[in-house]
Amino acid sequence: MSAETLQHTALTLNDQLPALQILVTFIAAPLVVMFGSLRLAWPITFAASAISFVIALMLLSQVIDGSVISYHMGGWAPPLGIEYRVDAANAFVLVLVTAISTLVLPYARVSVAAEVQKKHHTLFYTAFLLCLTGLLGVTITGDAFNVFVFLEISSLSTYVLIAQGANRDRRALTAAYDYLIMGTIGATFFVIGLGFLYMATGTLNMADISDRIADQGANRTVRMAIAFIVVGIGLKAAMYPLHLWLPNAYTYAPSAITAFLAATATKVAIYVLLRFLFSVFQPTLLMEYYSLRFVILPFAILAMFLASYIAIFQTDLKRMLAYSSVAQIGYILLGISFLTETGLTAAIVHLFNHGITKAALFMAVGAYVLRANGSFYDEIEGLGRRMPWTSAAVVIGGLSLIGVPGTAGFVSKWLLVQGALEKGWWPVALLIVASSLLAVIYVWRVVEVLYMKPTPADSVVREAPVSMLIPIWIAALACIWFGLNTDMTLNAAKAAAQGLLAGSAGMMN
Amino acid sequence: MLEQLPVAFLFFAAALVLPLLPKGHLRGAVLLAIPLIAGWQVWSLPAGNLVNVEFFGFTLDLMRVDKLSRVFGLIFCLAAFLTNLYAWHIRDTVQQVAALVYAGAAIGAVFAGDLITLFIYWEGTAISSVFLIWARRTTAAYYTGMRYLIIQIGSGVILLAGVALMYNDTGSIAFEHMTLGTPATWLIFLSFGIKCAFPLLHNWLQDAYPAATVTGTVILSAFTTKLAVYALARGFAGTEILIYIGAVMTLFPIFFAEIENDLRRVLAYSLNNQLGFMVVGIGIGTEMALNGTAAHAFAHILYKALLFMSVGAVLFRTGTSKASELGGLYRTMPRTAVFCLVGAASISAFPLFSGFVTKSLIVEQTAANNYPIIWGVLVFASAGVLSHSGIKIPFFTFFAHDSGLRPKEAPMHMQLAMGITAALCIMIGVYPAPLYALLPYPIDYDAYTFGHVVTQLQLLCFALLAFCFLMRTGIHPPEIRAINLDSDWTYRRFLPKVIARVYTNISTLWGRMGAQKNRWIKALIAKAYHSHGPEGEISKSWPTGAMVIWIAVMLGITLMVSFAS
Repeated sequence: MSAETLQHTALTLNDQLPALQILVTFIAAPLVVMFGSLRLAWPITFAASAISFVIALMLLSQVIDGSVISYHMGGWAPPLGIEYRVDAANAFVLVLVTAISTLVLPYARVSVAAEVQKKHHTLFYTAFLLCLTGLLGVTITGDAFNVFVFLEISSLSTYVLIAQGANRDRRALTAAYDYLIMGTIGATFFVIGLGFLYMATGTLNMADISDRIADQGANRTVRMAIAFIVVGIGLKAAMYPLHLWLPNAYTYAPSAITAFLAATATKVAIYVLLRFLFSVFQPTLLMEYYSLRFVILPFAILAMFLASYIAIFQTDLKRMLAYSSVAQIGYILLGISFLTETGLTAAIVHLFNHGITKAALFMAVGAYVLRANGSFYDEIEGLGRRMPWTSAAVVIGGLSLIGVPGTAGFVSKWLLVQGALEKGWWPVALLIVASSLLAVIYVWRVVEVLYMKPTPADSVVREAPVSMLIPIWIAALACIWFGLNTDMTLNAAKAAAQGLLAGSAGMMN
Repeated sequence: MLEQLPVAFLFFAAALVLPLLPKGHLRGAVLLAIPLIAGWQVWSLPAGNLVNVEFFGFTLDLMRVDKLSRVFGLIFCLAAFLTNLYAWHIRDTVQQVAALVYAGAAIGAVFAGDLITLFIYWEGTAISSVFLIWARRTTAAYYTGMRYLIIQIGSGVILLAGVALMYNDTGSIAFEHMTLGTPATWLIFLSFGIKCAFPLLHNWLQDAYPAATVTGTVILSAFTTKLAVYALARGFAGTEILIYIGAVMTLFPIFFAEIENDLRRVLAYSLNNQLGFMVVGIGIGTEMALNGTAAHAFAHILYKALLFMSVGAVLFRTGTSKASELGGLYRTMPRTAVFCLVGAASISAFPLFSGFVTKSLIVEQTAANNYPIIWGVLVFASAGVLSHSGIKIPFFTFFAHDSGLRPKEAPMHMQLAMGITAALCIMIGVYPAPLYALLPYPIDYDAYTFGHVVTQLQLLCFALLAFCFLMRTGIHPPEIRAINLDSDWTYRRFLPKVIARVYTNISTLWGRMGAQKNRWIKALIAKAYHSHGPEGEISKSWPTGAMVIWIAVMLGITLMVSFAS
């Protein structure tokens, strides 16, 4: 790390931001338990999340121009010490994660009260904070092993959070168990991959690993490492066909948790994949090129179609959206596999846009669960008239999911098609459009159920409470806002893509 | 201030506010005021690219005002006003909002200076207009609307694909004149063609328009296809293939119109036929021909709306628009009958009516540019128009045998709407100069030359004379066979029958193929459901062990790929 120029002279609060990014929620978590008060649990959680959001925004504003912040944990210089690194790519993800958690929490208050047993509430919010910390830590750290540690923190708390759905449906327990097994195997694969990397390079600092791989080139150990890491992280990202844990986990988790996880957890995993593929390994390495071309690309296209087909036939709105998530992750991975700036930009923008879209949709599902006691199509028939605000938000979210112009979904799909055309991959561009038509069908089915079917005469369903409607609508309006005003998302994604494509050079300032 | 505001936004704003207003006259007033304000705005706007918006790296040009877009913008505002007046009695919020958004989107598309804006409004017209069909709230209307929506959205998707390719090829999204040749331009051309109801792409029109509500059909008839005509005129003027497409368009609907019993469907076919004239004009592409297209579109929107309005009024009062069930309505609906006759005279291009001064611009251009066969086709088609729209519509509705129906005269607001439209039709016919002044290119044309008037009168009077003669002598056959009334015209003596026979054969065949296709699609869906449905192999919840196998498989694949490289 001879090229390192930044000195550790953290004197002002501003310089400590990278540490604060995870510390605020990390310290708030035990606080919630220590106070042990039902009344204080939510406010502390919300305050911590809101502060984290502000910090993330401040970090993004510092790095949007393409610069890099390197923060040395405890004053130990890398590669021995743990380094936190903030560049456009991860600042963008930090903003997404904290924004979604800050948005979901006000919504969660009513939803969680209805879906989770009261005696678990304090621990629930603690787990939520830990999960948030884990996700933020994974994103911000520049140390490969640190990624694993934070990944485990977020995963373990996620299993707990999903299991909380057991109050409504006992199947949440098996869903959480399945995810536990799968997630643990994924994490193990990841750590095995790290072991190989450590073996090959003797360091755990990402930038340092990258340097040494660049020096020594690929060897068998590094090849093993890349395979294990891609599969391990691919599992966390629900890359098809490693998505099998996802539908059940999303369906049976408490609604607020589904909204939070769908918008953040898989996205963070994809960020890690990006970071490893582009910053740790070299995009120019032949094996990586092949992995992307022959593993990620075909499975991404499979996901776009198969998961969409499954979504079409679902009878539960929540489960349908879960499968649609798998399909949308396919688009993101497809963008990555292009290995071009446009493709990467598309992937990163879609990561964000799909996050807000799914947040809006899953939150709306929670509103149906609260009022109609379920989200099966026959339970929400004709609710377009009884719950006009919620249903209108579903329509907006659905349009964004399809990628109708004027919504956020369009921007990313447009870029994706452009990326495919740039490479001259006609068939891929056509497949993107064709699979979007499948989205039209599954979204249309929901619209039909909500608006075209008569409301049951004995239905006593009312509109969801305002405390839920406001977050739902903020997310829904965000779908439109980021569809019309694309400056922020596009610039940030472009900066991130350029940084990533610069390879390890991007890590070196 | 209004210069900074795209005209379309006026409509959208009104559509947002409208549901908040109490149902009744206030809403009606808003529905009438908005097109008037918009029309005045279009009239007074200076030429140029007035509103630019930055949208994700592109500069969108929301208001390109020039003479071509202005004349289409004006007629759209006028049509919106007239149709809203006609629909004054409607209390259905969905229809009112849909009508406003639809008109707004069509006007927005006309002023779109780039292809992305065009695309957005293009889809806007599709989505908003389908509610006019669904507003009937019957199962049949629902499925018809669905078919319509799929085709219209499909057209938009093709347009978007074309735009994406275009941007990739040229780096520009400007909506300017294009030359066919690249996949991008062909896709855009195809998308325009679908909306313009090119032959074989036309089925949605006859399917959907007669299925809409009484007022919905009138509104639908004004915008979608004329928007496509505008888009073609802007993008593909002088593309020769359009001449032949247009000629076929003028020709084939005649026969279908002849054998059709539902008068609104007859009008839908004749709409298609009239579009053909405009498409020919675009294909020729000279300044005069484009003038003709614009002028004909202007006149056509008015008289076609008038015809749909009068048939709609009859439908509104009697509940049917079937030729075989109507007749003799002039006794109780005299004014509607007169308006219908004005519309019929206009579409048949009688001198002193609007069709005469606009259609001839196009027809003469075919002769002037050495397309004698096309000229012949257009003259033939003009005669066909007289037969199915000029005579069939008013005759079977208001005259012919007495059906015994004694409906009340159309409601006052409908009469008013029809009256204004009829007056405009005659005004354009008698004094075309103001319309000519609006046209995109300078024009020096006198429709009322001796030769022109005589030719046209020969064509028309012969048919009418024969018609009167048959009526007087009582040879005139009853309705169903009366379709062959003017079969003394040689070229039409056998054709309807032949066409009818061929048509039945083809439609049986088509039906069989359709049934086969349906079976096939159903089997496919069943198969997909079997594998992808909730109980299907691919979507059921897997046991944990089976999930883990996939991890092993993926690791195997990745390792293999990684080592193979």
